[in-house]
Amino acid sequence: MVEAADSQDPELLRRLLRAKDRMDAASHEEWPVRRLARVSGVSAAHFARSFKEAFGVPPHRYLLTRRIERATALLRETEMSITEIAFHTGWGSLGTFGRTFRDITGENPGALRTRGRAAGRDLGRVPNCIVSAAHRPHLTTAVSEKRRRSVAGTKGLRKLKESK
Amino acid sequence: MNQGIDVVGVYVRDQDEAVAFYVDKLGFRIHTDVKNGEYRWLTVQHPEQPTFQLGLFKPGPPVHDEGTAQSLRAIVAKGAMPPLVLVVKDCRAAYDRLRGKGVEFMQEPIDRFGTVDAGFRDPSGNGWKMIQARG
Repeated sequence: MVEAADSQDPELLRRLLRAKDRMDAASHEEWPVRRLARVSGVSAAHFARSFKEAFGVPPHRYLLTRRIERATALLRETEMSITEIAFHTGWGSLGTFGRTFRDITGENPGALRTRGRAAGRDLGRVPNCIVSAAHRPHLTTAVSEKRRRSVAGTKGLRKLKESK
Repeated sequence: MNQGIDVVGVYVRDQDEAVAFYVDKLGFRIHTDVKNGEYRWLTVQHPEQPTFQLGLFKPGPPVHDEGTAQSLRAIVAKGAMPPLVLVVKDCRAAYDRLRGKGVEFMQEPIDRFGTVDAGFRDPSGNGWKMIQARG
């Protein structure tokens, strides 16, 4: 049974928010559900279910968006190499970073760096710490699901061409 | 007279708890605290900003029906209300002082964009950015 989001207990939501804040503050760290559940003071099973209900995405997927957001900011604003950025934002390998980055943003880290610099900034009067939230990538589908879909789409296209 | 914004409010889950936070911890002062039956009009003021009041309002009757009040409480507790910004002279000093008083920081002070900013939440879930004044 899925409850409407706003029927969740506000006291529980406040504690779930604390776990979300902790991921925001240290997205480069590992955040297994057990660790997050401890922050919120609930069981692991209860945590995963309640978090998704409250924030619309499972905790791990939320963490990935935050890592990509940080990586995006570092690509735009620093001279750090892509490898340095990958390890700095919590990925164990450059391959996983690149793949997840493409899955979420639709482009390579290098391409985003070039485009981000060319675009410049037109948000000068907005507090920068708030601008970074505006650049947060959307992630409404699972990364693996997104990959499956794009593969299926490519295959569909090929079939269409073959049938002509 | 000066024209302009006089009061802007945030929703809080408990007004006594909000006073303990905004007055005892942040150092704001109570401007108005008036009860009328179930309704309590409560505003506080930054000591250096006498022309602006921050309202600390509790969702519920007689202003909201129970369903609406529950939705508002949930939205606040999820941290989904709009950003609030507090400007301070020295972000790190304010961080140390407030943290010592038990304020829940979601972000430690970070040097960036030519200034320093940190982030904290009130007990209800409202999120504040605390930014060091430039220059």
